[in-house]
Amino acid sequence: MLRFCALAAVLLAATPALARDIVVEAGPNAQERLQSALLDARPGDTVRIGAGRFELTDGLSLDVNGVTVRGAGTERTVLSFKGQLGAGEGLLVTSDDVVLRDFAVEDSKGDGIKSKGADRIVYKNVRVEWTGGPKATNGAYGVYPVESEDVLIDGVTVKGASDAGIYVGQSNRIVVRNSTAMYNVAGIEIENSGLAEVTGNLAAHNTGGILVFDLPALPKRGAGYVLVKGNRVVDNDTPNFAPPGNTVATVPTGTGVLVMAENDVSVTGNELSGNGTANIMVVAYRQPFEDKGYDPYPRNIRLAGNKHGRTGFAPAMPGGKELAAALGGTLPPVFWDGTGGDKVRLVGDDGPVLALGLALGAGIETAKPQLIKLDNAAPSPWRTFKLPAAMEAAAK
Amino acid sequence: MKALLGAVALFAAALIGRPGGVNDAAITGEGYPARLSEFGFFTDLAARMPAQGLFRYDLDTPLFSDYAAKERYIYLPAGARAKYDPDGPLDLPVGAALVKTFGYPVDGRFKPLETRVLLHRAGGWVPIPYVWNAEGSDADIRRAGTRIPVAFVDPSGERHAISYAVPNQNQCKDCHGLAGRVTPIGIKAHYLNHGGQLEKMLAAGMLDRLPPDAPRVARWDDQAAPLDARARAWLEINCAHCHNPRGAASNSGLFLDLARTDPEQRGLFKRPTAAGRGAGTRDFDIVPGVPDASILLYRMESTDPGIAMPELGRATVHKEGVALVRQWIESMPKSAPGR
Repeated sequence: MLRFCALAAVLLAATPALARDIVVEAGPNAQERLQSALLDARPGDTVRIGAGRFELTDGLSLDVNGVTVRGAGTERTVLSFKGQLGAGEGLLVTSDDVVLRDFAVEDSKGDGIKSKGADRIVYKNVRVEWTGGPKATNGAYGVYPVESEDVLIDGVTVKGASDAGIYVGQSNRIVVRNSTAMYNVAGIEIENSGLAEVTGNLAAHNTGGILVFDLPALPKRGAGYVLVKGNRVVDNDTPNFAPPGNTVATVPTGTGVLVMAENDVSVTGNELSGNGTANIMVVAYRQPFEDKGYDPYPRNIRLAGNKHGRTGFAPAMPGGKELAAALGGTLPPVFWDGTGGDKVRLVGDDGPVLALGLALGAGIETAKPQLIKLDNAAPSPWRTFKLPAAMEAAAK
Repeated sequence: MKALLGAVALFAAALIGRPGGVNDAAITGEGYPARLSEFGFFTDLAARMPAQGLFRYDLDTPLFSDYAAKERYIYLPAGARAKYDPDGPLDLPVGAALVKTFGYPVDGRFKPLETRVLLHRAGGWVPIPYVWNAEGSDADIRRAGTRIPVAFVDPSGERHAISYAVPNQNQCKDCHGLAGRVTPIGIKAHYLNHGGQLEKMLAAGMLDRLPPDAPRVARWDDQAAPLDARARAWLEINCAHCHNPRGAASNSGLFLDLARTDPEQRGLFKRPTAAGRGAGTRDFDIVPGVPDASILLYRMESTDPGIAMPELGRATVHKEGVALVRQWIESMPKSAPGR
């Protein structure tokens, strides 16, 4: 017995260092087997989900730090929530240092994958899709990290979200790169966040391609320094299918990049074309609000070095058609509501810019449209950041 | 080694435990007992006769769980006392447990479906769901949750056949999580302060003190109580465990705890944050005077998992709760959103 105990002690002492693989294969009772694996995992473990279709009836959730959830590929390992009966999302992560990679989530009733308060999360090679195409009954967000520090979204594909495909909210230090967002209302959205790099993505056939928002009355305000660089934002032509009550329901069909009320945003070196309303829109928050400290104006916005293709041929915002007619049939590539005037400090070399000179909250009928050329002034000081090396290593 | 010692202690306790007594080691140990019987919370499990140290309680305004009936117990180890708190839950010592059995009447008798235990261990509160066997003789651990087909008749006489959801352990934490720590929800003075419950606990030496001005929540279905107090009590117990600044819905900015005073945080002319299609065609959480323009009611009236609130544990609409909140919103003077 004594020898047994000594041996057990050695084994027990050794185990924590040994990261385990917990393997879950497709088959009957997938819900309980997969959820059990997510509950049994210990820090350092990998939950390996085999190839095949997993038919799930409820949301899955992970609340253990340092766990990797890994499938056999975004086309081979499919978590299908077509028969989902409960929970607000397909997969919910509420722990830190989690890596999600190489699997797909399909047809969840609410959001696809949500991570809340999940610091240093990595989404790598993940697909979230509503397979019936764009519909108002699809879930809201595809991948949805919120209230998190350090977020990496790399090589992710989202299709069909009735709000935003890739939505990062109320978070800091965010990288969204090499990802694809198609047939969503909003392709990629950075909302009430600070320090974000959105680079090398494809946003196509959404209603709006890439959105950078700062909204009032949320627990966290936007903190700016959002870089939108080197993306292809093309053919965002899916009619807005968001349920009308949503903020994104007001995004005009054919919007490339939309900056609303956020400060310190740089839109540079992107390829933009086929966006029927405008390739780039910069606007203030137009709704009434009571949040006393909220700043409804976008400030320090730089639009430079973007390659503008065909745009402005089907302006979908109120009064857009009339404006286009007055300007010879199409609108210029950049649209600015003009709200806030010089306060906004809209600079760069993109253009021409259609400026409406609207007062805050004023209707489009009060517009004083004019074409302006941006001042290519020096950019305002910028803040950069680096994600922890372990996150980059996990995304290799 | 610690785990091994724990296992030995558990084993020993199971052998030498007082017959009919609660197995304290099962509460404070590290493992997940496979069966409810291992805790010894009930001297006669099939009849659910509570063991010594268990105190039966109920809430003046309870969480709606698909019209399930609930039997709730606080367990305190011998000599232990709960500490009174005027705002938060009663402060229970390590070794305490909350035991809550959910079920429906079948042929006039309560038939248990599941028992959820919350165990106060040294590292914090641990939730474990147990599902009763068909004979009703014991309940087995189901950490990953499950679904059970259930048929019942609601108080209005309407028949329901639903897929009843037993939550998985993480889902327990979704509702019970407060700033990342699992926390009891219902055992707050204002929910317990009726029918002499707190006085009984005090008299039994289970509570350290009971001030004469202990708060009391309105009974949601007490027509004699003010409408505002009833509706807000219903919203707190059904929503505020997530909808508070430290809960699972902290990012929403909608906070439904009773102490909240800011009108916008309470939902008045508050726009949705990340409701997605949960907002339907509506613009604000609450439009005073116009329930059918209020997102709050839209989500209460839905059973679609992408829309319904609460997100967990509800496959039916709480018609009486909806009627109450509808009446409450209707009673508010109509106004327009300010700037």
